[in-house]
Parts: sequence; C-alpha cells; structure tokens
Amino acid sequence: MTVELAIIGAGPAGMAAAALADELGLETVLIDEQGSPGGQIYRAVELADPGTPLGADYLAGRPLAAALRTSRVDYRPSTTLWHVGPEGTLLLETAGRTEILTARRILLATGALERPAPLPGWTLPGVMTAGAAQILLKSSGLVPEGRVVLAGQGPLLYLVAAQLARAGATPVALFEATPLRNYLAAVRPVAGWRAGRQLLIKGLGLIAAVKRAGVRIRRDVRGLRAVGQRRLERVAWEDGELAADYLLLHEGIIPNVQVSLALQLRHGWDEAQLCWRPSVDAWGQTSLPNIAVAGDCAGISGAEAAVLTGRLAALDAAAWLGHIGAAERDRRAAPIRAALDREQAFRPFLDRLYRPSRSAMVPTDDEVIACRCEEVSVGEIRRATQLGAHGPNQLKAFTRCGMGPCQGRICGPVVAAIAADMLGKSIAEIGTWRPRTPFKPITVGALADLEASDSAAAPGV
Amino acid sequence: MFRPRPECPRTVAVTVEGGTVTVPAGASAAAAVLAAGFDSIRVTPGEGVERAPYCMTGVCFDCLAEIDGVPNRQSCMIEVRPEMRISRQMGARVIIPTTG
Repeated sequence: MTVELAIIGAGPAGMAAAALADELGLETVLIDEQGSPGGQIYRAVELADPGTPLGADYLAGRPLAAALRTSRVDYRPSTTLWHVGPEGTLLLETAGRTEILTARRILLATGALERPAPLPGWTLPGVMTAGAAQILLKSSGLVPEGRVVLAGQGPLLYLVAAQLARAGATPVALFEATPLRNYLAAVRPVAGWRAGRQLLIKGLGLIAAVKRAGVRIRRDVRGLRAVGQRRLERVAWEDGELAADYLLLHEGIIPNVQVSLALQLRHGWDEAQLCWRPSVDAWGQTSLPNIAVAGDCAGISGAEAAVLTGRLAALDAAAWLGHIGAAERDRRAAPIRAALDREQAFRPFLDRLYRPSRSAMVPTDDEVIACRCEEVSVGEIRRATQLGAHGPNQLKAFTRCGMGPCQGRICGPVVAAIAADMLGKSIAEIGTWRPRTPFKPITVGALADLEASDSAAAPGV
Repeated sequence: MFRPRPECPRTVAVTVEGGTVTVPAGASAAAAVLAAGFDSIRVTPGEGVERAPYCMTGVCFDCLAEIDGVPNRQSCMIEVRPEMRISRQMGARVIIPTTG
C-alpha cells in the first residue's frame, strides 16, 4: 500500500499535522504505538472526566483528538514502526504481525522523554519518574498511596505535585534541585517577557497551590539517594532522611530522537537544552528530502508549539506533494508562525532556569546503575573509558551498556555525559549512539511475517 | 500500593498473577499490575533484582511482563482488554520448543 504522507506519533504535533494534511487533500496515515490518540501529554484524554484533577490544560487535547477522529486520516493505533527503508518503505508491527507501507513523505512526531535522572537506588521499585505517576493518573485513574516525595526540577515537577494533591494524594515533600545560579541566569532580559507573563503567572500559581496543599518544599538537599531492600523505604541526603513509599524523579524532558538518529538524519547538540536534536529548516524539513519532523522531537517547545509545528509541517508536505503552491503554503503559514513565535519567546527563560546541574547528569557515586537494562554501573563506564573507550558506541562494546531492550534510550544521555566528563570533552564532541533497526524489539514471528506479508515489497527494504 | 480515583469507573476485569483486578478502560497492563497491589513487575535477568515500571511512556522497558502467554511485552504501552492475563516476568526468558 502506498500513501502520500505517513505521520509517526499521535501526540499534539502528529494529531494536528494529520488533521490539516487531510483537510488539504493528502492521503494520510497516522501511526501510533498507543491504543488511543493524545501522545504522552494528552494520554487517554478522550476518556477524561471533565472534573479531572489533571486540570484544564490536559483537556485541551480533546479537540485535537476529536478533529482526528472526524477526519479521513487512516489512523492506526497500537502499531509500532520498526524500520524505515529507502523510498519511504515503513515496516510496522501490530498484534505480532508485520505490515509494509510505502509513504512518499514521512513526518516524525515522536515527542519527548523525561531526561534520565540517575541517583543511588533509582532502580528500586517505588522510584519512578514524575511523568510516570502522571500517566498512571491520566490513563488508569491511579494515585500512589503513602508518603510520596518528588525530587528534581522543571515545570512538570510542580504540576504533578499539584495534580496529586487535587487527586487526594498530597506528596509529603518536594526537593527542588534548581541551583540558585539558574535563577540569576534566568532573569536575564529575554524578548519573551510579555508573551511569557501568562505562563509565569500559571507557574507561580502552581507553586503556591503546592505550598498551600501542605507539601514541604526544600531547596538545600544534596546527595539525594533512594534507600530500601526490596523496594523504596526512605530517601536520604547528606544530612537527613525521610521515610518514603514513592520517590518521583524529574529533570525536564529531551527530544525522543531514537528513530531520527537511526535514520542518520543530520543532528546537532543543543547547548541551551542539553540534548541532541535533528537539524531542520523552518518547516521541519530534515537532511533527507522526504522526511520532516515536528513537535518536541525536534527540540523542546511544549504541546501548544507542537500543534503549530505540526501544522507547518503539514502545509509544507502539501506543497511538496503538489497539493498547494508555495505562495498558498506561505500565506497559510503566516498566522501559525506568529503564534509559534509567541509560544517560543519564553522558552529561553525556562531553558536557563531549569538547566540540569552537572551532578544531575553525571552521578558522582560509582555504584549508581547507569544502564538499567544491562545493569551496568557508573563505575564500570568510568573504568571502560580509562581502558580506552573513547565514546558511547565503544562503551557499548566494552560494557554492554545500551544493548538491552530499551536500546540505550535511558542510558544514552547518562553514558555520554559520564564519558565526556572522564575524557574532558564536551558531549557534542563525544557524540551519541547510532541506533539501528528494529527501532523497538520485535518477535521472531513478526520478522518471519515480513516475507509473507508482501514478498514483492521485501527486496526494497 | 496505588489506589483508584473515584471518578474513574473501573470496567475492565483482567487477571494479574492469577487474581482478578478491575481497572478503567484505557488503563495499561502495567497499571493493572500496580493496581493489583504488586510493588514490582519483573526480576532482572542479570542481578536477579526486582524492578517496577519506571517511565510508563514506552521508553525504559522496566515494565516487561508476560501478557496472554507472550513474554517481554512492554506492558505500559498495552491497553487492558477483558480477560487479559498478565504475569510478572521473573528473570530471563527461555525459549520453549513447540512442535508442528
């Protein structure tokens, strides 16, 4: 089967791009791993109760999902993209079967992931990301019972604290990791003060709500660790400890570049956001002519901006495929660009304020697990660099880090930061993994199914 | 322990480690394991230590579980279906030869 546009990921960028592409007459397929549209930010939003403790910003995902549902887009939930071949051949896995699809143009809208926050004991049951606790509330209506502690930094940390308090699971403490110097750096004049005013008011309101709910906020906690035998029992730091049943970690979010790296698209290190991201033009066009990216996988800008970059990419796809002319594309793009400028104007403030500290990226303790899948410690990574491993891909061969089922998604940033630190180089110089097909583990059955599914197309993949 | 919120009707009954638990439609299999009261969902193949879902967003693979007899499923990305059978995954998987 051949389509004009295949969009990967049904979060805000993917949903918005798909609906507009359909409106512009493009034959569009939207592929998503989850069972319903929304991505992580609007996960399970279609089923949300209007009075949800998640708040009004979460419900903003509903019109996007509704527009997708009423469109002619060929929406394929519970489907995993595991390979992209030349000529836009996509290999998809759904319910253990392989399907081959060819797309003239591909839009990656693979979103973001929480920056891994390794600390002693972070592999213990009872320790999870703040985002994970939020997902449990969003899609399953579950809240952690007992003493909940949040630690780290970023807008999501306070948001989750406030949401848990509204849901009757008020955390006992929030340890904010933002260094004081970040506050000083953040207040440097930025062009976006006017545009950012609302966001700032919202943020301050959240912090106030968290305090009102009785959450103890501490900013002076150093050397935080999770302690317990078979599960978390307490959190401890340099000069204190607190009994805890759950520790929710967050250090901001970074683009999910697993697929874009595997496709060898040109990437650059973003020093402001401390992450890799694909190099793109103003439409999201990548270094490969038939592939574009939109949303947070191209750099963190948030859900509202993701909707806008998704629409810009849809307009560009329509022009590229000959449905509209360049003039119409530009005319339609003008108001979207103006809105995007407003959305992004305040981002430098957030990037400076929530810039992770060195200790958040490079664990000092050698015993900390760096690669959760293969159970490789920070110390083993350090020793391998002393033995001569000079970058992430060699460290893989030396220690097996990054070779487990997550394919380096979690330990990639950790391993690169440790190696850069050991070798006295920047992460930009050290580089990152080179992920390969399959993008996610598949069964032998799904692989064997490849020939059966479409033998004529197989030689091209 | 995770407890359910009152505003989310629990309508889908699944089996976790042989016991029945009822969760909202749209919940993930990983969430069903937590809702059933289990702290951990797997034991690592290497060190043999317990793990629980860490990211819930399809990234970390610490939620690997056996779903309807198929091991190594990313349970945070799989929505519950009525009568789904979910088992925790203890240690490394083995290949069981089948005939025919």
